[in-house]
Amino acid sequence: MAKAMHHGGLVVIGLVGALLALTAAAEGVGDFVVQSSKAAQSEHCVEPTEFMRRNHMEVIRHQRDTTVYGGIRSTKHSLAGCVQCHVGYDANHQPVPVNADNQFCAKCHHYAAVQLNCFDCHATVPPGEAWNHETTALHGPMDAGGVPQFANVLPAIRQGEGENQ
Amino acid sequence: MTQPEDKVDRERRSFLGAAAGVGAASIAPGLMLHTLAEAAPRTTPVSDEHRWGMLIDTSKCADGCQACVDACDRENGLNLQAEPLGEDELKWQNQRATWIRKVKLQDNVSGRVTNLPLMCQHCEHPPCVDVCPTGASFKRADGIVMVDRHSCIGCRYCMMACPYKARSFIHEQVEHKLTRAPRGKGCVESCNLCAHRLDDGRFSTACEEACAEEGHQAIIFGDLNDPNGRLRQALAQQPNRQLREELALNTGLRYSGV
Repeated sequence: MAKAMHHGGLVVIGLVGALLALTAAAEGVGDFVVQSSKAAQSEHCVEPTEFMRRNHMEVIRHQRDTTVYGGIRSTKHSLAGCVQCHVGYDANHQPVPVNADNQFCAKCHHYAAVQLNCFDCHATVPPGEAWNHETTALHGPMDAGGVPQFANVLPAIRQGEGENQ
Repeated sequence: MTQPEDKVDRERRSFLGAAAGVGAASIAPGLMLHTLAEAAPRTTPVSDEHRWGMLIDTSKCADGCQACVDACDRENGLNLQAEPLGEDELKWQNQRATWIRKVKLQDNVSGRVTNLPLMCQHCEHPPCVDVCPTGASFKRADGIVMVDRHSCIGCRYCMMACPYKARSFIHEQVEHKLTRAPRGKGCVESCNLCAHRLDDGRFSTACEEACAEEGHQAIIFGDLNDPNGRLRQALAQQPNRQLREELALNTGLRYSGV
């Protein structure tokens, strides 16, 4: 009897341990927001986080058709808005593409084993930053192959003078 | 011989137009507002209130000037295309996407030379839209002919159908893309009259601005539906025509001096 109880106790301890491990893993999931991004400062995304986790693709697709056929580019569900907020910055304050390894989009899609092909065509850094040079065209010709410098235009863009797309 | 086909085409179009009109009326009966004066990003879908177009005065278009082409390249990120490693230079120049081509015409009898920029003519009845098998090639309500690259399969029928050779195919993955100008391998694209500017409430195109900066002012952009607008005023003042007008496409771009 005592032996049986001992075994039962072991099983319970094992179960509790497994549950704890699962909980820990669950907490890790979804925690993909990059610390250096603007999103890390925000309480939640443009919609509640749980909604966005499940439905962001539907939201983006709806906005996509609105933009392509209706010319409405400024509303909150745009892909450009995702990039603007979720892009991380390196030590030199240069934006890191959102689809690069360990960045917001790529990390979660990798975890979920879902192929991400938005960025075959779309910009991976916000407008006006790095090669995505909204204002450089106005501030002189661009280097043919290099990444242009943005020291003097970056602050203005960060304050929200970027293109509304 | 082409008459019956032509008739069928027009009927189909007018039916679709009517259907779209009914839809618009039921969705937003009170929202047919003038938005031309606002310099703000649009919040309502584009409508047929405007039809965007251009007048190009070829007598002002200078030989050797590439200002409009270069401005278009910068505005729409075409200058970010990189030549594939080991590609033949001439082949690359023929294949890289370009939205405006500078064309030089010479009259063999008189020797008179005419220069003009040639881009998408934004036809009212675009052949590219007629032939597209997926519906990716479409005409926006405000008359801009565009490609929805989410549904473009890259078959290039539209490039064959276009009488103006205005469309380009993206052969290679483009590493750097502008937010305002997405670009992907395997899709066709062409001039969209700087739609991103229009949608942001800026009513000019990069080529028009560049041409004016060069002091030529050969390009006038505007609304074909606005009788008092600058485009209609300019069209009224000088003789002009559509290129290949025998095709009856009713192009949005008009040329004078050709």
